[in-house]
Formats: sequence, structure tokens, C-alpha cells
Amino acid sequence: MDSLFPLGVFQYIAGGICIGLAVSLIFMFTGIVAGMSSFFSSTLSWFSKLPFFQEARWVSTRGWRATLAAGLILGAALFYFGFGGQQNWVTQVTWWQLLIGGFIGGFGARLSGGCTSGHGICGMASLQLPSLAAVLTFMTTAILTANLIVNVGGK
Amino acid sequence: MRPASYVALLLGGMLFGFGLAWSGMVKPEIVLSFLRFEDFGLLLVLASATGTTFFTYRFLPKLLKKPVLEPSFGAHHQGPLGNTIKGAALFGIGWGLCGVCPGPAIAGLGTGNWPLIFSVIGLFAGAWAQGWWASRSAH
Repeated sequence: MDSLFPLGVFQYIAGGICIGLAVSLIFMFTGIVAGMSSFFSSTLSWFSKLPFFQEARWVSTRGWRATLAAGLILGAALFYFGFGGQQNWVTQVTWWQLLIGGFIGGFGARLSGGCTSGHGICGMASLQLPSLAAVLTFMTTAILTANLIVNVGGK
Repeated sequence: MRPASYVALLLGGMLFGFGLAWSGMVKPEIVLSFLRFEDFGLLLVLASATGTTFFTYRFLPKLLKKPVLEPSFGAHHQGPLGNTIKGAALFGIGWGLCGVCPGPAIAGLGTGNWPLIFSVIGLFAGAWAQGWWASRSAH
């Protein structure tokens, strides 16, 4: 077990249950099935005149999607100030990996109609086969990429 | 949407972000250590989050006729399968490059992990490019 989980298992399970309870509470109170990648498209509707971003699915949801995103930052900050003092939180991953990875990931998630939260948690929890296929696909390409990148100067 | 729903989303989002920070998913190093088979913790996060959500999605609509604050329960909508798979393949390449997906990239800013702003900028640019590309291919 130590070799599979060198940092222990508790924080992974506890954090995962928090995420599951959060998705559950949002569903219970609002009926919303919450994926995160749509936040980027809906927020662009405030800035882009492209007809794509002016569709009702973005304009009518941008307020609550931004509210949800603000909650994410506040909740992570709460953990940081309450319990995170001893850890090093600033990543050593290179800036170009973060930027290019974000770009390809952002394009892909929106083409796919979901990311790790939309397909991974919400889609799989509602037993949708396309979401399972999406998760298996992105796990495979992510594993290949993460292992190849160390050979070209990546972290 | 009712104002109370925004409060529910803010509080739900806070619990979401708290969990992302607690589980270490806001740290690209931990995600990359999973993708390199050094620490399988990410699978525990995914399993416990999905397991918890599975029960809510399955049984809550049977217990409640409607959500507490809004008229109806939604669902995760799927687009064409080809796009779902092609997009997922690209999403994985991006995720494997930077070690953060959309939720942790946003939440991580709350832990002072400032370089994640590069990923947030990249995610906005990628989402814009997808909208531009979709507009072009529609005409």
C-alpha cells in the first residue's frame, strides 16, 4: 500500500467525499449538474461578440457559473488558511506547460462537452456511457503526455 | 434563478474548492505523479467523489419531487459521440501537460498557487478557440 500511496490515503478520500457532497448539495438545492469547464465559455460571453458565445446556454448561465467559480477559490482559500500553512503550494511546473496545457485542455474539454468534473464525476455518477468513454480516453492521452513530456524538458 | 440559488452555488462551490485543496488536486505535481504511476491517490479522489454523487443522483429525485430552490432536476447533456471522444483525447493531452483540469486551475488560485494563472489564461484561450472553431464549421 505504501508504494501505491506514498502520501497516505486519508486526504484523498476525505477531499473526494467533500467534492461529491458539494456536487450533491448543488444538485439537491438547485437541480444543477455542475461541470467546471463551461465556466470558461460562459464567462467569455461577457467579452466576445462571436455569435457562439451569445447563445442562451452561455448568457443565461454565466452568472451562476461565475458564482460557482468564486466559491471554488474561496473554499480552497479557506483550506489554505485553516490547514495548509506547512505545505508548499506554488507549483514548479514550467509556465509554458501550464499555458499550452491549459489551451489544449480548454479546447478539448469544450469540444468534448465536459472535463474531469462534467464527464468524470457527474457523467459517470449518472452512468452515462459516453462519459465513461471520455474518461478512459483522456486518462490514456494524459498518461502518455505526462510520461513523454519529461523527455523534452518538462517537469 | 432565485437569489437563494446563488447562495447555494457559492456555498456548494466553497465545499467543492475545499475538497480540491484537501485532496491535493490543486497541485499539478500530485496529478502528474498519478499520471506517472507514482501515487494512485487521484483514483481514490475520483472514486469517492463519483461514489457519493452516484447515490445522490440516483435516489434524491425519488425522495424529492423537485430541487429545494428550483423547479426541476437537470442532467449532464451529451453532444455527438465523435466530438466527445476527440475532445476528450485533446483534453487529456492538455491535462497531462499542465497537471490541472478546469476546477483545480480555478480553485488553486485560492491557495496562492499563482503560476496557475497561466493555465487559467490558457483555458480561456482554448475555450474561445473552440467557440471560434465551432462558429466557422457551422457556416
